Amino acid sequence: MFPEPAVDGLYRELILHHYRCPCNRGKLDPADAAAHAVNPLCGDEIDLTLRHHGGTIADIRTQGRGCSISLASASMMTEAVKGRTVERAKELIETFKRLMSGGLPSSALPVELEELEALEGVRSFPVRIKCALLAWTTLVEALDDLQRRRCREPGRIAAVRAAGDPDGAEGVAPGDQGP
Amino acid sequence: MLAAKADFPLLGTTMRGRSLVYLDSAATTQKPRAVIEALTRAYECGNANVHRGAYELSERATALYEETRERVARFVGAGDPREIVFTRNATEAINLVARSWALATLKQGDELIVSEIEHHSNLVPWQEVARITGARLSHLELRPDGTLDLGAMTSRTKLVAVTGASNVLGTIVPVRRLVGMAHAVGALVLVDGAQMVPQMPVNVTELGCDFLAFSSHKMLGPTGVGVLWARRELLEAMEPIVFGGGMIREVWRGGSSFGEVPWRFEAGTSSYAEVVAFGEALRYLGTIGMAAVREHEKTVAGYALGRLLDDGRFELYGPLDPEIRAGVVSFNFGAIHPHDVATILDGEGIAVRAGHHCCMPLMRKLGVAATVRASVYVYNGQEDIDRLLSAFGQVERIFGKQRRGACRTDLSSGLAPGSIEVAGQGR
Repeated sequence: MFPEPAVDGLYRELILHHYRCPCNRGKLDPADAAAHAVNPLCGDEIDLTLRHHGGTIADIRTQGRGCSISLASASMMTEAVKGRTVERAKELIETFKRLMSGGLPSSALPVELEELEALEGVRSFPVRIKCALLAWTTLVEALDDLQRRRCREPGRIAAVRAAGDPDGAEGVAPGDQGP
Repeated sequence: MLAAKADFPLLGTTMRGRSLVYLDSAATTQKPRAVIEALTRAYECGNANVHRGAYELSERATALYEETRERVARFVGAGDPREIVFTRNATEAINLVARSWALATLKQGDELIVSEIEHHSNLVPWQEVARITGARLSHLELRPDGTLDLGAMTSRTKLVAVTGASNVLGTIVPVRRLVGMAHAVGALVLVDGAQMVPQMPVNVTELGCDFLAFSSHKMLGPTGVGVLWARRELLEAMEPIVFGGGMIREVWRGGSSFGEVPWRFEAGTSSYAEVVAFGEALRYLGTIGMAAVREHEKTVAGYALGRLLDDGRFELYGPLDPEIRAGVVSFNFGAIHPHDVATILDGEGIAVRAGHHCCMPLMRKLGVAATVRASVYVYNGQEDIDRLLSAFGQVERIFGKQRRGACRTDLSSGLAPGSIEVAGQGR
């Protein structure tokens, strides 16, 4: 008697899956870069930590609180950029922003962002776009932080690189708060 | 309902294919046709700059503008219309007191009291006053039953700035008692009436407070109009904080003298049409009667509280006694984030607020990031609450599975307090 609820286009199964079983939750300590952000609209928070190895994002974790859209988007973001170069990650951030602003059809998404098509429904709920973007804008800040730290203390990050662990995550269990 | 939904053009429309149920009146109320027409009429029939022209049109506009000032004074029981200052909103009214009266009065060692349930608009201005003057800012604490601990005041207390009714918990604050306590130590009381004045009869003489701030748009009037009521002698002693046209007596090359109260606080062109339409909103509320508005709010909010409590799936915030509660009900639904709840309700045509409601310190006190808030006004009835409750079937349809879900890998740690623990918390 009613049309299919519009919210079904928002809460796709893949989103609910990432919300239920988020990837890369927790905090890396030590980390090569970190960023903290809040959504002033709702008070949601995210902490992002990452490790850098040979020009790539070797590991990345997020923790904090948020709605299903922001948690799912954070989960998919970490999967999309983990193992990619910093430059590629920056391109992916811009691509995702264009998807959210309607400037890019989901059919044009690069292979790394294929899953993100599931977030296309957010565009019909403009106030929720900020939820979807939160993790991505936080990644921008973390990459800025990485750049600052590399200029300030090149030795330490070089040491992480020299440790020879391709994942750069020595013994950090998922969700570990620290040593 | 108390007022016919048919009086409110927007309430007859559909949202996302469903008839609109508007439950966000604590944010802003819908406007009756009479107010919308008064706004249009002001521009069509009487538009001129007030207090400026010597021609009939301007005189007519000025008369209507000043008549509204008299109407506002009567509405809150003020003896003198010159005690009414029109501002842009309640926030600006509070800032006027903070920047003018408080900065000139408070000094290091003085105490400024607010409460833990204040809206940012009645907290941040006082943080600024405390920072600039060195006065100490203290907070009346929220008790577990949703009421305020009125605490203790000393001769150092100079101002108590408190809401009349919480925009999150609905708590009606015993202003008269606070005024008694404050005046006994020589302190003044500012009441943030943004939620109180729209909901119940308010008489400043009976309340005994010194300042009262409120907003037109939360009581059927247009946006862009706020009110500061202050006792005449206080206004007379206050310096203006906005300078320019309309607030002066004489201007020379090197200096100026300022006009009389209240016009010296209304620099620049006034929101003439909005003020006049606000007068129409007061007429509309006057016809209903504020005592009837209060009874209605109590009935509908009480009904909502009862249904949410009986249901058992909701976490409720604020006092459970309808006698001390305004028409605001805040709650959470299991572990599902309020934004997700609000989006799904929106899909059912139901407008509720989700978030921190400009009360971040209160959210921290409650130990939550956000709540869902349903607030009612004269056009809402029990049928709107029934629609709200039944829409949670959709929330369960989408999120129900995951509330029973078993995937906890990667979730066992690393979550901040208050974060969403997706498994095992559903009730």
